Amino acid sequence: MNSVWRSVVPAFFMLVMSGQTSVYGYTVYVTNEKDNTVSIIDTVSLKVTKTIKVGQRPRGIILTKDGKQLLVCASDDDTVQVIDPVTLETIKHLPSGPDPELFILHPTGNPLYIANEDDNLITVIDLVTNKVLAEIPVGVEPEGMGLSPDGKVLVNTSETTNMAHFIDTSTYEVFDNVLVDARPRFAEFTADGAKLWVSSEIGGTVSVIDPTTRKIIKKISFAISGVRSEAIQPVGIRITKDGSKAFVALGPANRVAVINAKTLEVEKYLLVGQRVWQMVLTPDEKLLFTTNGVSNDVSVIDVPALKVIKSIGVGRFPWGVAVSPN
Amino acid sequence: MRIEGRKQFWPPRPIEQKDQMMTNCCVSPGLKNKTLKTNRRCGWLQRFVLAALMVVSTSAAIAQTSKSDVTQIKIAFLSQVIELPPKLSNLDLLPENEGVAGGQLSIKDNNTTGSFMKQAFSLKAVSVPPEKDALAVLKGLLDEGYQFIILNVPADRLLAMADFVAGKDVILFNVGAPDDRLRAKDCRDNVMHILPSHAMLADGLAQYLIWKRWRRWFLVVGRRPGDRLYADAIQRAAKKFGGKVVAERTWAYGPDARRTAQAVIPKFTQGVDYDIMIVADEIGEFGEYLAYRTWTPRPVAGTQGLRPTTWHRTHERWGSAQLQSRFFKTYHRRMTPLDYQVWAPIRAIGEGATRTRSGKFKAIRDYFRGSDFELAGFKGQKLTFRNWNWQLRQPILLAAPRALVSVSPQQGFLHQNSLLDTLGYDKPESKCQLGKQ
Repeated sequence: MNSVWRSVVPAFFMLVMSGQTSVYGYTVYVTNEKDNTVSIIDTVSLKVTKTIKVGQRPRGIILTKDGKQLLVCASDDDTVQVIDPVTLETIKHLPSGPDPELFILHPTGNPLYIANEDDNLITVIDLVTNKVLAEIPVGVEPEGMGLSPDGKVLVNTSETTNMAHFIDTSTYEVFDNVLVDARPRFAEFTADGAKLWVSSEIGGTVSVIDPTTRKIIKKISFAISGVRSEAIQPVGIRITKDGSKAFVALGPANRVAVINAKTLEVEKYLLVGQRVWQMVLTPDEKLLFTTNGVSNDVSVIDVPALKVIKSIGVGRFPWGVAVSPN
Repeated sequence: MRIEGRKQFWPPRPIEQKDQMMTNCCVSPGLKNKTLKTNRRCGWLQRFVLAALMVVSTSAAIAQTSKSDVTQIKIAFLSQVIELPPKLSNLDLLPENEGVAGGQLSIKDNNTTGSFMKQAFSLKAVSVPPEKDALAVLKGLLDEGYQFIILNVPADRLLAMADFVAGKDVILFNVGAPDDRLRAKDCRDNVMHILPSHAMLADGLAQYLIWKRWRRWFLVVGRRPGDRLYADAIQRAAKKFGGKVVAERTWAYGPDARRTAQAVIPKFTQGVDYDIMIVADEIGEFGEYLAYRTWTPRPVAGTQGLRPTTWHRTHERWGSAQLQSRFFKTYHRRMTPLDYQVWAPIRAIGEGATRTRSGKFKAIRDYFRGSDFELAGFKGQKLTFRNWNWQLRQPILLAAPRALVSVSPQQGFLHQNSLLDTLGYDKPESKCQLGKQ
């Protein structure tokens, strides 16, 4: 507790002294998988302002589009916890199905699509009525979730089946599957919907797929001098809204790859903490936050300068990361 | 609410029916709730008959629903355990479906993927009593058209089987014989080794001990030939990594040391200055009784204590928590190394079928023997085969009874091609000449 107070108290004073920090900054939320907590980081001070207790084995985390609800996958509690970001109280639990790992919201803000890792299912939940709209069978160990910007196509990756499943969100049916390299972990559409990026952790590649033809345009591979190829394990992907840059977290290679999202060439590797998995861009795209599971910290990348500017200690095994919309 | 589309993608029902039958194969329903002792009376003959029955019904179930546009891929698992561990009845239970359960789970995983590929996988599991002729059973499997056959048999029988199927379109997967000679002078081009060899296990342990700077080892060897092979691998690992076997003693106090250990072991272990005791006792006659009884207080590793292994209930890294949990939910027990070793080749065959979009023997075999093959085996990196002896490259878990201690290869043990090749016999020292047997 002491350490929490040590960080909370100064942060509180700083908040008071600086007045309305939130006008200029955003709030970043990080799930700590082994601590059963969420660390809350202020993007101006770049400090942990508070750590709250959540359910067991928290992994995926997301804010609703209006920023009024923070959703946390409490995987070992088989539930999605809904937290009020202002009071930090738990409002309710969603009937997520067993072992929720990652999820994504429809562009309109509802429904929520959840990957149930243990049951080879996607559960679709209406956030207003709290009801399950559908359960969609997919491959073994579903995890990555991507939605086309128009909300019509949901893409799920299954880690042991090694496929990206294309799901029609109006019929909840899988209409196509694309085989990618081993252990796909993450799926991300570009903002214009023209491309879909899928990372393969064990395969060590990122497949860039044309969502209309469902053909792989290019498999991006990585080479870092001094790092064994087996240690290059791509997981999280984030692409800037203008479609110019993509960031790929490379796991135990402890690097984030910066890729020219137009030419699909790797431009740079940024050294971050150990075993980097998930990432989030602030809405103004000035900062990128990465969760580093083994070094128990979050690296902050200055996006225009492409420099790592800080690492922030959080709880044990930081996993997911989300940012407030304003 | 479930949606209509579900049926379209879900694996065909017979898979679940088969699971039920498989689970029951050695435990008749009436015996289920009785004590272990009763359960263990379920004799070999009974198991054999039940297994045979199960197989018949399984094939029937598969045949019923097989559609012409679904490619069927058949895999067989033949197990013949010659020497069971001693019946120390108050110790761990030996699961009746050990290995088979791992195989079934893998089939289920493959079938989930297969439902998107129009491929259906099935497993026929046969358990052969020690006195029966396993080769005859293998011939039966060949007659039924099985080409992918997983074998849990001792080294000599495996060699006889490999030579019998030589020249045929058949691939055997070794999941039960750790003997190094099967990967060296007695290697065969038609045998893929899933479980690590004695040398790989010993090297995995040795790297950790060297990292700990526990260099002086006291080797205690059991009475069986397998124990000798394990001990030889430890001796080799000492030379390879700079350890020293300061003493080697052979256990000669009979099979059940529970009551006599306190009197015997202090004396047996007296007069040696060492860092750690390494025990070679594969079937578990005495190894468990060494800890806390040695003359000087020292930890124990090897076949007991800190064990190098392929799988352990405490392993949860690299997504393995998911596999552990899937297994536990389905079979209500923990996954064992043998379960993992049967799970892996079936996934390799599944990968071959998925990637080549084919159910053809040659396409699948060539895929998992080719350079594009990569298996996500929950060990933090892809698993591949060494093309000079068809041994699966893999990290080695080092597990204490209730905690995973480390995973080898350890940092700092370098290799020009793959760090995994620091474990076991490397290509330049291999005596295996594939295709020249």
